[in-house]
Amino acid sequence: MTDTPIAPPPKSRFRLALESDVFYTFRRSPVAVVSALVVLVLVLSSVLAPWIAPTNPFDPASLNLMNGFTPPMEPNAFTGDTFLLGTDDQGRDVFSTILYGMRISLFVGVAAVTFAMILGITLGLISGYVGGWLETIIMRTADVQLTFPSILVAMLIFGIAKGVTPVEYRDQMAIWVLIFAIGLSDWVQFARVVRGATLVEKNKEYVQAARLIGRKPGAIMLRHILPNVLSPVLVIATISLALAIIAEATLSFLGVGAPPTQPSLGTLIRIGQGFLFSGEWWILFFPACTLLALALSVNLLGDWLRDALNPRLR
Amino acid sequence: MLAFIIRRIGQSILVLLVVGLVAFSMFNFVGDPIDNMLGQERTAEDIARLREQLGLDQNFFVQYFRFLQEAIQGNFGVSYRQGRPVTDILLERAPATLELAAVSGVLAIVFGIALGVFTAIRRNGVWANVIMSASLIGVSLPTFLIGILLIYVFSVELGWLPSFGRGDVVEIGGWKTGFLSESGLKALILPSITLGLYQMTLIMRLVRSEMLEVLRQDYIRFARARGLKDRAVNFHHALKNTMVPVITVIGLQLGAIIAFAIITETVFQWPGVGLLFINAIQFVDIPVMAAYLMLISVMFVGINLLVDILYFFIDPRLRADRSGGH
Repeated sequence: MTDTPIAPPPKSRFRLALESDVFYTFRRSPVAVVSALVVLVLVLSSVLAPWIAPTNPFDPASLNLMNGFTPPMEPNAFTGDTFLLGTDDQGRDVFSTILYGMRISLFVGVAAVTFAMILGITLGLISGYVGGWLETIIMRTADVQLTFPSILVAMLIFGIAKGVTPVEYRDQMAIWVLIFAIGLSDWVQFARVVRGATLVEKNKEYVQAARLIGRKPGAIMLRHILPNVLSPVLVIATISLALAIIAEATLSFLGVGAPPTQPSLGTLIRIGQGFLFSGEWWILFFPACTLLALALSVNLLGDWLRDALNPRLR
Repeated sequence: MLAFIIRRIGQSILVLLVVGLVAFSMFNFVGDPIDNMLGQERTAEDIARLREQLGLDQNFFVQYFRFLQEAIQGNFGVSYRQGRPVTDILLERAPATLELAAVSGVLAIVFGIALGVFTAIRRNGVWANVIMSASLIGVSLPTFLIGILLIYVFSVELGWLPSFGRGDVVEIGGWKTGFLSESGLKALILPSITLGLYQMTLIMRLVRSEMLEVLRQDYIRFARARGLKDRAVNFHHALKNTMVPVITVIGLQLGAIIAFAIITETVFQWPGVGLLFINAIQFVDIPVMAAYLMLISVMFVGINLLVDILYFFIDPRLRADRSGGH
């Protein structure tokens, strides 16, 4: 009998993830766990809105005007219907409108950040790796744009894009215009970070090796450099998501965002503000709380991620 | 130093020219002003006449040159929506925004620095901790929700303060001020808190962290060893040395105050430039949008330039280091 060393069985990816440092710090941070749970619940309930929501607030057939202004958890004086979070002026269930509104808020936020991320990463990689006059143009543009608050840039882009789209398509296109405007106002952060990281990575040996064996610049940027600059991008993306959700809500609240036919949380708050003086507080209060919970928990998650991925802070 | 300043001025002018091009392109490519100005019942003759009147029949370069020329003289054309010169409308609205911005700026700076110093000196005190936690809320609450919250508490529930408008204004040589009447001053309170709160928390947190950094330095310990009073050490030695980053942020935030005034003005229906801009976006009123863009760019670029130049006067160390620019 000879002792043959037994190699441990290879670990699955899932197991590796569970044993990683990042997951360890996650478990040890109550703030991160709670905010991740809140985000999970909110995202799930907005994705599953058509199945969870008691009514479809955009189906005129299901609305009963008699149900208007029903306070939360109280039976309506005329119909006797009870609503968890009350109803608005048209008898729409506030809970359902929040679920559908959060859907739009989240969709716009995620899409805008994805757009900003792709644009920023592309421009950052190019200006870091290629350099030259291309870099000068890109980074100067970034500097100039950074001088202006991004909400102002988004408003301006929204206004211009609205002017370009024909009048009859404006309401349909509003969501896409909004995504474009918020995304375009937010690419600078990504471009700056990716450029900085690319400048460091491009002189390392593995990049030189890839260049020696004749890989094309595009392939080197995407396959070799990009995977190594992604972790700061992830942090910025999370924090940007919180900012994008707030930016979307602000624009919609100001009446230059999601149209009343596709109300986001900001639009709902705008509608609710009109009833503040007449005492129907719930139309405003619940959408506002949802927005806060969503933005705050994504923000806290981003803060935690920044600390977790930055070994110097640990 | 002079070379640096000249270079910065050159850069600023370049930025303004680019912004001018953007503003001008808006006129050219966005929407058809004729569509916006004339109603459904229009004749080909009406269209041609208006086209000529607005100078839309000339070529791109002639129009751009004319646009720049006019813009430098402060002429941005006629609002599509109101049919009046944009400059007149802006001038009429400017005092409201400037007064609001000034009051919130002063609030933010005074309370921001005071609270920042307080929380840094009493780092472990109960009140400092309360203020720090409260400031987290101030940073994460969107501006418009702060405004709505204040309206709910002070206008709806308590009924102490008005929730919209400027109150009575007194006109002094074309400048309509709200400072001189009781209702005008009352109307200022809620909007200026809403607008200043975010900037205040930002300044406060910055002052605090800079102060903590400085208080650890040797010269502070020496100053204390020399038997100087706490007040002298904290304010003359410590606070003074935190001022460089603080002034940068304050400078940049002044521009942000004007921009964020858009949100506050909408919440409180404050008749200022920001509300005008939002209405212009809603109705695609290009001249007003373009003029606002130019106005705010001049402000932002000017403030940035000023902050950079101010560095040299505040921090003598920079004069030696950065004389050739960077």
